[in-house]
Amino acid sequence: MATVEARGITKVFTQGERGAVNDVNLLTREGEFMVFLGPSGSGKTTLLRMIAGLEDPTAGDILIGGQVVTHLAPRDRRIAMVFQSYALYPHLSVYNNIAFPLKAQGVPKEQHEDKVRWAAELLGIGALLQRKPRELSGGERQRVALARAIVREPTVFLLDEPLSNLDAKLRASAREELTQFHHRVGTTTIYVTHDQIEAMAMGDRIVVLHEGYVRQVGSPREVYDDPADTFVATFLGSPPMNLIDHGDVLVGFRPEHLLPRDMVPGPAVAIGVRVTGVEYLGSERILYALIDRDRFAEQKVVAKLPATYETGAVDGRAMEFAVAERNLRFFDKTTGKRAASRSLTWG
Amino acid sequence: MGVSRGAERLGIAMFAPALIYIFALVGTPLFLAFLYSVGDVTVGSVGYRFVGLENFASVLQNPTFRGALWHSFLFTVGAQLIVIICANMLALALVDRFRGRGLVRFFILLPWVAPISLGAIGWKWILDSIYSVINWALVKLHLVGPFDTPMWLGESSLAMMSVIMVHAWRMLPFSTVILLAGLTAIPKDIPEAAAVDGAGFWRTHFQITLPMMAPIINVAVLFGVIFTFTDMTVVYILTRGGPYDSTQVLPSLAFFTGILGGDLAEGAAISVFLVPILVVIAWLMLRLAHRAEVV
Repeated sequence: MATVEARGITKVFTQGERGAVNDVNLLTREGEFMVFLGPSGSGKTTLLRMIAGLEDPTAGDILIGGQVVTHLAPRDRRIAMVFQSYALYPHLSVYNNIAFPLKAQGVPKEQHEDKVRWAAELLGIGALLQRKPRELSGGERQRVALARAIVREPTVFLLDEPLSNLDAKLRASAREELTQFHHRVGTTTIYVTHDQIEAMAMGDRIVVLHEGYVRQVGSPREVYDDPADTFVATFLGSPPMNLIDHGDVLVGFRPEHLLPRDMVPGPAVAIGVRVTGVEYLGSERILYALIDRDRFAEQKVVAKLPATYETGAVDGRAMEFAVAERNLRFFDKTTGKRAASRSLTWG
Repeated sequence: MGVSRGAERLGIAMFAPALIYIFALVGTPLFLAFLYSVGDVTVGSVGYRFVGLENFASVLQNPTFRGALWHSFLFTVGAQLIVIICANMLALALVDRFRGRGLVRFFILLPWVAPISLGAIGWKWILDSIYSVINWALVKLHLVGPFDTPMWLGESSLAMMSVIMVHAWRMLPFSTVILLAGLTAIPKDIPEAAAVDGAGFWRTHFQITLPMMAPIINVAVLFGVIFTFTDMTVVYILTRGGPYDSTQVLPSLAFFTGILGGDLAEGAAISVFLVPILVVIAWLMLRLAHRAEVV
């Protein structure tokens, strides 16, 4: 087991253009499950590939277990990686796929069978060892890729969107299994995804990346409840955080915190809205509305209400909503960065 | 809804050139070759008498034929072995991006697109007993004495080697292009996964990349074998089968016997002799390719 550290890691693919990864500094904890989260093009996969040694950083250093590995080949880093496509060797049986890292790293032959069986049992694919990858379902392939990664007991696991090729239903159970798996083996894991649900559900900490910069590092609760800037605030959460233009600041609040006036106890800011649309999603209702008061008139807001609450909201209806004061977040209007809380004179 | 009569006619008309071409230029000669091989035709004769397998029995008795059969195998296997090994190395070198890759690819393709007679004549001078640049270089490097230079085309084993080398030079671009396509078709993830799994260059190449390329290598070998086994250009231009028939291969022998020697029937028998061998090779290769695909 080991920690992974990035020190001032930068990757510029084309001279003169913005880097794919810019001056990233990170340090995992022992046995941590860290998630790199960001939209496509945010540099999360490039960062992972530099940690794996598949890409050379333009500047900066990678440390694994406290040792600088920046210029070591992938094979000398004692890491295992699961690729988005799984990258199984199509001409080899499941058994030989899993045994390949053992052979490549010169593990004595008599240990192979035991280790392969152990990894296969751990992932519940013991019965598939003689099959070829093409004869497996997506979920089974993903397990084979994981088994191949775990078999040599690496110090660090790198996972590049391993669930993105599974269908939605399978993804939910695979998420849970992967978390269980991580608890069992306890290996430091870095997981790349663009799916905020995966990040929230699995990560001990989330690193939010955008355009090659780290925007925030924190627990799922921190990045969701206390976003560091407007990018994090709007990237996480569905629908995203409401941002209301208020003088020199932006006032943010989550859609689930924008509730009818009578549902908000304690000190709150009242917001009169005119409903412009309602989506019924089974367990919840999404209300699209425009603020109805003079100063903020015509700014769009979104509210998320439990479907059990009967609002009687219909298009065009004016309603009285409110947000509890403790749920308001403030952002600097020019930089987008988080600003100090203040009391709000509304309207 | 049926196809209208007009459209059907148009279809036949469009199809006709290909059909006529195959019948006239492939089917007819092939049929004639079979017919002649069991007859007694010579250049200038007018009659035709069926003689059964007499021609085949006759050529099998002929030591020149048996030599040519052996040379054909040697020529094919030797040239293909060189081609596949070199094409692999070239494909590996050319798959990565580097400055001037386009130019290098162009130069490598050149022997294939240049007329073979031109290339072979170039080689004839390179291997010439008096004007050979190889010999000139060897002499200048003091590796051989000035009156002791190798006779590249004048000595049996050297001549065979020269013919094989020149043919390999000529076939190399074709195989390289095919292997390059096969190599490009392997997803980048897979060699990367092998690198992370701890495999070095050789292990990745021999245990991952090569097996994955097996079907396409089979295709390259199949075509290469057929192009080599049925080819006489290099032999004809460089050695004319000599010295003492030591580089004679079946196609050149068929040409010398049937066309230059005038014994059409025996020439036909020699060339028809190739057919079952080629069929077996093709069948084997296709089976291999198919198995590699299914397994």
